Amino acid sequence: MTKILLQLNNVRQAYGKQAVISDLTLSLQKGQIGCLLGPSGCGKTTVLRCIAGFESVLAGEIYLNGVCVSSTKVFVPPEQRRIGMVFQDYALFPHLDVAANIGFGLHRLAKRERERRVDELLHVVHLTEASRKYPHELSGGQQQRVALARALAPKPELLLLDEPFSNLDISLRERLSIEVREIIKNQCTTAILVTHDQAEAFAIADEIGVMHRGEIQQLDTAFNLYHRPVNRFVADFIGQGVFLPGKVIDARQVEIELGVLQGETLHKHASGSIVDVLLRPDDIVHDNTSALQATIVSKAFRGAEILYTLRLAGGDRVLALVPSHHNHAVGEKIGIKLEVDHIVAFQQLEL
Amino acid sequence: MIIWRWVPFVAAALVLVPVGVIFSSVLMPAGEIWRHLVETTLISLLLNTFWLVLGVIVGTALLGISLAWFTAVYEFPGRRFFSWALLLPMAIPAYVTAFVALGLFDFTGPIQTTLRAWLDSDLSWFPDIRGRMGVIIVMTLAFYPYVYLLARNAFLSQGKRSLEVAQSLGFSRKQGFFKVVLPMARPWIAGGIMLVSMETLADFGTVAVFNYNTFTTAIYKAWFSMFSLQAASQLASLLIVMVFIVIVLEQQFRSRMRYAETKSSAKAQRIQLAGWHNWMVTGFVVSVLFFAFFLPVAQLGYWSVQSFAQNYDVGRYLEFLWHSLTLSGLSALLICLVVIAMVYALRRYPDSATRYAVRAATIGYALPGTVLAIGVYVPLVWLDGQLSELALHWLQIETGQLIQGTLAIMLIAYLIRFMAVSHYPIDSAMQRITHSIDEAAMSLGIHGWAMIRTVHIPILKPGIFTAATLVFVDVMKEMPITLMTRPFGWDTLAVRIYELTSEGQWEQAALPAVTLILAGLIPIYLFMRQTEI
Amino acid sequence: MTSSNLNRFLIFVSLLFSLFIIHPAHANEVVVYSARIEQLIKPMFDAFTQETGIKVKYTTDNEGALLARLEAEGKNTPADVLITSDVGNLWAAAQKGLLKPVKSEVLVGNIPTHLRDPENEWFGLSIRARTLVYNTKKVKPEELSTYENLADPKWNKRLCLRTSKKVYNQSLVAMMIAEHGEAETEKIVKGWVANLATDPLSDDTRALEFVAAGKCDVTLVNTYYFGRLMKQDPKLPLAIFWPNQDNSGVHVNISGAGVTRYARNEQAAIKLLEFLSSAKAQNLFADVNMEYPVNPQIAADPFVATWGDFKQNPMNLAKAGELQTTAVKLMDRAGYR
Repeated sequence: MTKILLQLNNVRQAYGKQAVISDLTLSLQKGQIGCLLGPSGCGKTTVLRCIAGFESVLAGEIYLNGVCVSSTKVFVPPEQRRIGMVFQDYALFPHLDVAANIGFGLHRLAKRERERRVDELLHVVHLTEASRKYPHELSGGQQQRVALARALAPKPELLLLDEPFSNLDISLRERLSIEVREIIKNQCTTAILVTHDQAEAFAIADEIGVMHRGEIQQLDTAFNLYHRPVNRFVADFIGQGVFLPGKVIDARQVEIELGVLQGETLHKHASGSIVDVLLRPDDIVHDNTSALQATIVSKAFRGAEILYTLRLAGGDRVLALVPSHHNHAVGEKIGIKLEVDHIVAFQQLEL
Repeated sequence: MIIWRWVPFVAAALVLVPVGVIFSSVLMPAGEIWRHLVETTLISLLLNTFWLVLGVIVGTALLGISLAWFTAVYEFPGRRFFSWALLLPMAIPAYVTAFVALGLFDFTGPIQTTLRAWLDSDLSWFPDIRGRMGVIIVMTLAFYPYVYLLARNAFLSQGKRSLEVAQSLGFSRKQGFFKVVLPMARPWIAGGIMLVSMETLADFGTVAVFNYNTFTTAIYKAWFSMFSLQAASQLASLLIVMVFIVIVLEQQFRSRMRYAETKSSAKAQRIQLAGWHNWMVTGFVVSVLFFAFFLPVAQLGYWSVQSFAQNYDVGRYLEFLWHSLTLSGLSALLICLVVIAMVYALRRYPDSATRYAVRAATIGYALPGTVLAIGVYVPLVWLDGQLSELALHWLQIETGQLIQGTLAIMLIAYLIRFMAVSHYPIDSAMQRITHSIDEAAMSLGIHGWAMIRTVHIPILKPGIFTAATLVFVDVMKEMPITLMTRPFGWDTLAVRIYELTSEGQWEQAALPAVTLILAGLIPIYLFMRQTEI
Repeated sequence: MTSSNLNRFLIFVSLLFSLFIIHPAHANEVVVYSARIEQLIKPMFDAFTQETGIKVKYTTDNEGALLARLEAEGKNTPADVLITSDVGNLWAAAQKGLLKPVKSEVLVGNIPTHLRDPENEWFGLSIRARTLVYNTKKVKPEELSTYENLADPKWNKRLCLRTSKKVYNQSLVAMMIAEHGEAETEKIVKGWVANLATDPLSDDTRALEFVAAGKCDVTLVNTYYFGRLMKQDPKLPLAIFWPNQDNSGVHVNISGAGVTRYARNEQAAIKLLEFLSSAKAQNLFADVNMEYPVNPQIAADPFVATWGDFKQNPMNLAKAGELQTTAVKLMDRAGYR
């Protein structure tokens, strides 16, 4: 059984004359973890603040569990929305210890129950030992987990996370994001995360909305965002890749410098039109036997793989992800071949 | 760099020497006056003082915190103007507000006179403005900016965010304010309230206008009327002990908690007030400003115009003004520098000896001005005598006085008195520099003076500006120390105000008073521009 | 710090230090610590300088602070002359050994005996008479008689008084103690307190305004406050009454001066005092503040003269200083705030 927990219909918000969110529609099913992904300034945090009720909307409606909480006529104050929030700077109370921070939102519970819930959460976030410490005595990761526990404690219907990992070391981010996902899933909570870091989004979210200029460009799974981007912005923003000019032959064939690509074309283009074709690093495979040669411009060691930047004979550059035992020097020529099962091509940009 | 280490101790010593001079009186008998006090007025004096301080604390807290909250978080008509205009009452000496308030609202004032004429009644129901409530209200109006300024600092940096956290945890805005925002702003508010209570305890001018007897009145009575500086010093010692107890209690209270924020968030949107709320807040702010600033200034302005013909000596006034500005400016500079060094030392060496030294350095503010003035004067003059004797003996030079009669002695005395005023804002600002900020800077290869200049000063700047403004305005208003220690001819606006009011010539004192207020607006204006209040 | 910054800084510092240079004492100069405010004393100093060529350097403060300062400075004091605006503090200064006796025929000749120290350590320069002022609409002058009579129950809720913290009231009560003894005086002061129409007021002007506005009928003030107020608004229903004309006379206080014990320029100091008691300065005293001259040969200001002649209390004012502490305690006991 799936049930829509959160629904945003045509929401609009602006600061002064500048629109921050324009006509945004979004829905999230109960138990899912959604993510708004986008560069800074795209309006994603504002969406979160509108959902939380820290800001009202200029147009549109926000429904929570089928009840309208924000519209031009209705405004349910944040404290009545049963929404938890983890702030970017954690905003822990510096004058309270860890346990008191976590128990802060449990003011409606009896003392005994409150203590039980705090203990439970301390256990969940592995901070039982630190319960009497003050925030300034904790590491960044610990502070982050306290903030999460504090937001989860009152069992919110919906948990909002505003760039929760941006203050942490990169090495910590990945580990913590997996941990956070587990915690959220274990608590059977629905959550929305806002971030500009796609690795984070991919690690945590079930569904990701890519935002740009106050609009959601594409709401989809991580796989589809990467492999089936709906527009050029998404294709560019998600993952790595290059665009090469090509000429559409028919619905299943496009010709580029490296040869003719064959496969399903995601976007319809008239035969004969000139397009830009997206080539991901994994679309290009190293093959010593191939007649197709390219010069290595630079390389980046990634452990299992090496990411090579290659220059084609015509001067265009492509990326290739190659198992790392194929170690070649910069300047060397290596053989490559294409391995594409669907074609992502967009109308060429007017220059 | 290591010099910092000792600044708190030197500063504490500077304060403790006069305090010691005052305390040394305890050794000398003044038993007769004590017996007299205990038998007659002591109990009522203590009660009077207690209720006054309590009333002013409650009043300034209510006004200061609410005004700070409204201007820091909400948007309402005139908010930009009000947020700095609310500091204006700082420029008015409290006794001036007191005199104007009495002049307007007392039996002979225009309000009661008009009402009596209209209603043809003796107005026996009209509250006695010269009572306790009157003093409390006037002092509240005069001193609330201390709380306002510091609380606003706290609210601006963390108020909105903590409110949101509270709301996301199911608290209403109101609950969030009381459960989160207020507790988090505690060190700032406590600092403001400490200043207010010290100022209230030390006040003589305002209570004199109201003829309200306090502990300080008793001190002056013992000294000036019964010619017993001993008894006065003993009473003052008792006052110091009381203040020190309060300081220690406050210190204990915030010992383990830290108030450094993790990160100051980007400028949050203000909450737009709607409908009648809007106008209620505006109305509230306007009425505070009206009674605390515009009414006294209008009255003074009226008197100035009336008495202008008698005070036309413009050259003389420019001289007073120049002296006032120079003294205030130099003191603000000196005091802020010393306090910054002191606060740094405490940060680097947060041991309890240093902590108590810093605390001790701030008690000068609680002493009645004249008592402190003589406490400062006696040892300095003694030192001067020793020096000139040494010079005469060893170098065969007749030096006369070296310190006495120079600005140095004034600046030292101001330093001793006003360190507290700049300590609270600078200390609060320093709490914002977390150790990770230092570490971050060091990791970028920035350390020593470069770190102070490029990292610390920008963070401390609002605090330093607050401190400098407070000191500047306070020195400008200060009388007893200025009177006692000024070099010949170094009369200031405050001196002129003292002279005229001591002879009951309030109307003529209006011109220097207005000038003093206008001059006090300069730092407030600069302050406002610097901190984009 | 760049070098130009450094230069600017050094210039700034040296400018600062230039503020700290003291001007050495001048031989042809007399230094005065004055509790009389500049406006009320500078004209006399200017006249003195004009006549003698001796410069006067002065600083003003309240009496208590000036005395404490003299005491602290001891023999290093720069002050040659101390001027106060009441007798109690002169007496206290003499008592603490801060003044020295002065032998001067001129002073003795110009100043009546009761207005100068029997030991010649201080001298009265102007008279401040403390008298009764009543509301002409509510009181007939026949009803008034003496200070003591204000304790009579017929004045219940009709009396306004200035605070007992003001030295003028302390001197008055001290002189009453000298005349009637402590017990009798305490009864009188208690009677005053019982007759108060409102809490004691912070200054004389205020007390006069309360009488004029009808809050009370009679009060006790120094005459020059009355004069100032009447000059501002001649229509006020106020008039002066000279009490105790059949017995001890009107209580007077003085503004006076003495030569400090460690005066460096004693001759100039004495010259200044003598000048201040001379006709020229005495006229100035009468002019600048409507006070009465101490020198009986000099007439009061014409406006002041319209209030009529009165008999002064002839008792030596040293008593006021001597009994001031007693008076303060007595007023505390009587509940006079």
